[in-house]
Amino acid sequence: MKEELIISGRMNYKVDPTLHIWSWEIPLYLFLGGLAAGILFFAALYYLRGKENMYKSAVKWVPMLTPLFLVIGLGALFLDLHHKPYFWRLYTTIKFQSPMSWGAWALMVVTPISIIWSGSYVREVFPKWDWKFQWIYTIEKYIIENRRNLAWIMIVFAVILGIYTGILLSAFNARPLWNTSIMGPLFLVSGLSAGAALIMLLSNDPLERKKFSQIDLLLIAIEMVLIIHMFMGFRASTDVQIEAAALFLGGPYTLPFWIFVVFLGMVLPAFLEFWELKGNHIPAYIPPLLILFGSLMLRFIIVYAGQASRYLY
Amino acid sequence: MRYAMAIDTKKCVGCSDCVVACQTENNVPIGYCRDWIVEVTDGTYPQLELEIRSERCNHCENSPCVRCCPTGASHYSDGGIVLVTEDMCIGCGACIASCPYDARYPHPDGHVDKCTFCIHRVQKGQNPACVEVCPTKCLYFGDLDDPNSDVSNILKKRKYKTLIPEAGTKPQLYFLI
Repeated sequence: MKEELIISGRMNYKVDPTLHIWSWEIPLYLFLGGLAAGILFFAALYYLRGKENMYKSAVKWVPMLTPLFLVIGLGALFLDLHHKPYFWRLYTTIKFQSPMSWGAWALMVVTPISIIWSGSYVREVFPKWDWKFQWIYTIEKYIIENRRNLAWIMIVFAVILGIYTGILLSAFNARPLWNTSIMGPLFLVSGLSAGAALIMLLSNDPLERKKFSQIDLLLIAIEMVLIIHMFMGFRASTDVQIEAAALFLGGPYTLPFWIFVVFLGMVLPAFLEFWELKGNHIPAYIPPLLILFGSLMLRFIIVYAGQASRYLY
Repeated sequence: MRYAMAIDTKKCVGCSDCVVACQTENNVPIGYCRDWIVEVTDGTYPQLELEIRSERCNHCENSPCVRCCPTGASHYSDGGIVLVTEDMCIGCGACIASCPYDARYPHPDGHVDKCTFCIHRVQKGQNPACVEVCPTKCLYFGDLDDPNSDVSNILKKRKYKTLIPEAGTKPQLYFLI
C-alpha cells in the first residue's frame, strides 16, 4: 500500500501538533454576541411592527440583559488576547478586509445602542425608578421620541453582529471547516434562535411564549437546512473540505456534534415545542434551555473542530 | 523588488542548522522556531522516496495573515516581506489561524512572531542567517525582479514547486525538486 509519512521538527506552543490558539473564550464570545444580536433583533422587530405592548418581555425588559452579555463577551475576548496592553490598537484603525476589525467596531456601536435602548425602558419596567438628574430625563425623553430611528439602527446592527460571529470564522481559508459561506447565516440563525429561546424562557405571558416557541421552531428548521447544506457543500468540494466534514461524519467530533448540537439542541426541543403547541404540558423551561445549550455547543464544537481541520502537504 | 527563497530538496539533509542559526540570530525564545525541517516519506517499501524540506513563512504575495489582521500589525514590508509590528499586535491569534502553513506562533511576550527573512540583514546586503549557515548550500535567497540574483538563476535552471498553491496565497518559497 502506498503510504505517506510526514515528520515535522516543529513543536510551537498552541500551533503544534494541531492548532489550538483559541480556547473557551472565543466560542463563549461568539455565543453571547449571537444571543445579544438575537434579542436585540426581536426587540427592534416587534417595536417596529407596533407590538411593543403585545410582546413586552421581548421589547422592553429582556434587552436589558444584552449589555451584560456583550460586556461579558467582550471580557472573554479581552482574556483571549495575548498582548493585552495593546488592545486599544483595535480602535485606531478600520480594516474592512479583516472581519475581526469591523466586528470590533460593530460591537462598539451595538453595545451603546443596547444600553440606550434598555435605559429608555427602565422607568416603564421599574415604575418607581428615579433618574436623580434632570438631564437624564431630558435625554430619556429625546430617546423615547426617536425610538423608531433607534430601532432601525438596532435591527441593522443586530444582523451585522449576528452574521459577523460566523464570518469571523468563514474568512479563514486555512481552516477548511470554517471556510464556507454558510457559516455566517448559520451563526446568525443560531443566534436568533438562542435570542428567541431566552425570551421564551424569561417571559411570563403565555401568548408571547407561544409566539416565540413558533419562531424557534421555524429557526430550528432553517438551521437544520443550513447544516445539511454545509455538509453537502463539503462533501462535494475538495479533499481538504471532505476531510473537514469527516470530523463530524465518523471523526472525533461526530458524537459531540450530533448529540449535543443536533439532537439535544435542535431535534429534542423542536419536538417538545411541537408537542406543547399540540396542547400537551411540558415544563416551560426545558425547550429554551436545550436550545441555548445547543447554540453554545455549536460555537464550541465549530471553533475547536475548525482548528483541527487543515491543509495537509 | 520581490524577495523569495529557493530550497533544494535534493541537497537538504535535514541537519537543522538553519533552525539553530535562526534561533540564535533572532533571539527566538526557547522551545519555539521560526523555521523547521519537514521530512516526507512516501511510496511502498522498498521503493520509498524521501523529501526533506527546510520550511518557514512563505512571505505570500496574497497573505491571509495580512488580510485578517485587525490592527494592521501584520503588513508587507520591503520586497514583499511579511512582518509583524510588535507594538501594534494585540495577540488575537487571527493571523495564526489564517496561515495555511502554520508559520506563526504566539511569542511568550504576547505578540505574534514569525520569520522575517532576516530583513535586518537583507537591508545591509547580507543573506538571511539560515541561508548563510547552510552546510550543503541548499538555500538560495534574493530578488526575483533581479534576473541575476541567486534565486532567479536557480529557478531558471531547475524544476520547482510551491506548497499548497491551491490555497491561493501565492507563496514565495520555491522548493526545487
